[in-house]
Amino acid sequence: MQPGEQRDEVEMLSLMLLIRRFEERASQQYQAQKIGGFCHLYIGQEAVVTGAVAAVRDDDYIITAYRDHAHALARGTSANACMAELFGKATGCSRGLGGSMHFFDKHHHMYGGHAIVAAHVPLGVGLAFAIKYRGEDRVTLCFFGDGAINQGAFHEALNLAALYKLPIVFICENNLFAMGTSVKRSTSLKQIVDRAEGYDIPGEIVDGMNFREVRDKISEVVDSIRKEPHPAFLEARTYRYRGHSMSDPASYRTKDELEKYRLDDPITRLRAQLTREGKLTNEQFDQLDKRAKETVMAAVKFAEESPDPPLEKLYDYTYADGAKA
Amino acid sequence: MREITYRQALNEALAEELERDPNVFLMGEEVAEYQGAYKVSSGLLQRFGPKRIIDTPISENGFAGLGIGAAMVGLRPIIEFMTFSFSLVAFDQVVNNAPNMFTMSGGQFNIPITFRGPNGPAHQLGATHSHAMENFYASVPGLKVCTPATPRDAKGLLKTAVRDNNPVLVLEAELLYSSKGMVEPPDEELLIPLGKAEVKREGSDVSVICYAQTVPLALKVAEQLEEEDISAEIVDLRSIKPLDEKAIYDSVAKTHRVVIVEQDHPFCGVGAEVCYRIQKNIFDELDAPIIRVSQEDVPMPYNECLEHAVLPNAEKLTAAVKQVCYA
Repeated sequence: MQPGEQRDEVEMLSLMLLIRRFEERASQQYQAQKIGGFCHLYIGQEAVVTGAVAAVRDDDYIITAYRDHAHALARGTSANACMAELFGKATGCSRGLGGSMHFFDKHHHMYGGHAIVAAHVPLGVGLAFAIKYRGEDRVTLCFFGDGAINQGAFHEALNLAALYKLPIVFICENNLFAMGTSVKRSTSLKQIVDRAEGYDIPGEIVDGMNFREVRDKISEVVDSIRKEPHPAFLEARTYRYRGHSMSDPASYRTKDELEKYRLDDPITRLRAQLTREGKLTNEQFDQLDKRAKETVMAAVKFAEESPDPPLEKLYDYTYADGAKA
Repeated sequence: MREITYRQALNEALAEELERDPNVFLMGEEVAEYQGAYKVSSGLLQRFGPKRIIDTPISENGFAGLGIGAAMVGLRPIIEFMTFSFSLVAFDQVVNNAPNMFTMSGGQFNIPITFRGPNGPAHQLGATHSHAMENFYASVPGLKVCTPATPRDAKGLLKTAVRDNNPVLVLEAELLYSSKGMVEPPDEELLIPLGKAEVKREGSDVSVICYAQTVPLALKVAEQLEEEDISAEIVDLRSIKPLDEKAIYDSVAKTHRVVIVEQDHPFCGVGAEVCYRIQKNIFDELDAPIIRVSQEDVPMPYNECLEHAVLPNAEKLTAAVKQVCYA
């Protein structure tokens, strides 16, 4: 995308549908034991990452935590490469060596996929440091959950970013629960965004269920950063429909609460906005959804048919020069 | 060749690499305005400016992680830990992020970063400030670990570390910063490969395998043993990982007796690994069981006499050599 150019909203709705259908299918494949380890689904939060990528250039940097499938898809990693990674196959976006929590895509400037809570926030600051060091006008979008804000690494990273005035947007995807612990039970603040104030970083709250609001707010922040590098903080209030991971039935919250958020579904919302404005018909929506489902089904087939990473290359990815130590 | 200190040698290495490659920067606590807690970075701020010589707050996890992030997009950070005892606060970054990234990303992101600073017991710093971290870090796949003992090795290994495309830990030695040694003149490029040990003293009766602060100790003991007609060969590992097995076996095949003197703790220490490899690969060359001399298996006491008793020292090493020589 070129500066100033607005990403097509129908295209972004289509991306949200792809993420939703991908995650639903991942859930099914996990239950069928085609996917191992941990698997954290993004269903319900789609407006956050799609709104964010709609606001930045393709050469801006993105880094996130372990709920990362959507971030790779949103950046342009193919559904094939994402599904193959979940299946642990050589054709996966991390060659089957990373798994669900460690998606990487250098070509699309997707810097992971990091599974130790908040440990990647300093890495995001390092990406932003490199931007400023080289005098570029890129920005780094650093995503994390509400669980990350009580880790030391998070605090150290925010302080460093503010101290060195680095071009980074810290995006807290507040889905109200760090695994099973609600924000109320984990955080001694009325609102998460106040964490930013402690480091003199401008912070705002956005409705994370509203694609347009996320996109417009991040666009505004990113414009400001490109003019003069500085960190910014956004608390995107969102909700995950599923448990923390596949093994979590989410019994710590009520059905009523889930239903309340489902009514505010980010896909339904953008669809309604577009329909109301005459930019999308029901037929077109059905067509987009059908295409998303087909893409994901094709990805499952691709993943299934892909080879495992070769055993004889086991030692090839430990050192960059291929040397054994 | 000219004589310079270990500290000067490191300073030269930093300056030369900063000069050579604009992607190299130095970051850490007190590295810039204060000129380095141990003055290793003395003069670098004046020469290279605040963009490349960067002071940090006391946030080891934060700035170690910053370095790794910057390395993901091709910068070549040199991260100074004021001591490697403090690297424990950044353990997650050094162990989880730096070495795992290349594998986890399927080879997309290598991390060309150098972590450096003093490591191992110094003098009466107590338990928290006396950690020898080499065995911890050498056990992590994806990391490289070197332990220079002389000014020449310090310069050559640090320069090589900065140019390596992987995370390398240069474990310096606080007690050696002021020690002197002969080093090539500045206009002669000095690169010492990782994974190459060096025989620091030839001998025929026993191989004393050592590294870092135990090298000068071993050399001193070897001189005393010479007077008792015991000829000790001093093999300085220089790198813990990769380990130069050939140099070790060559020496053992010559002397048939081995003492390993290490600065870490005995349980799962570096010597345990070296010892295992020797007995597995050249068992028939041994004329006596291998003995390890290390720290005692206790947290470091402050008291000077007790500290001496905990450290590998000349008495212990001499006794060990005599024992393997049946002298």
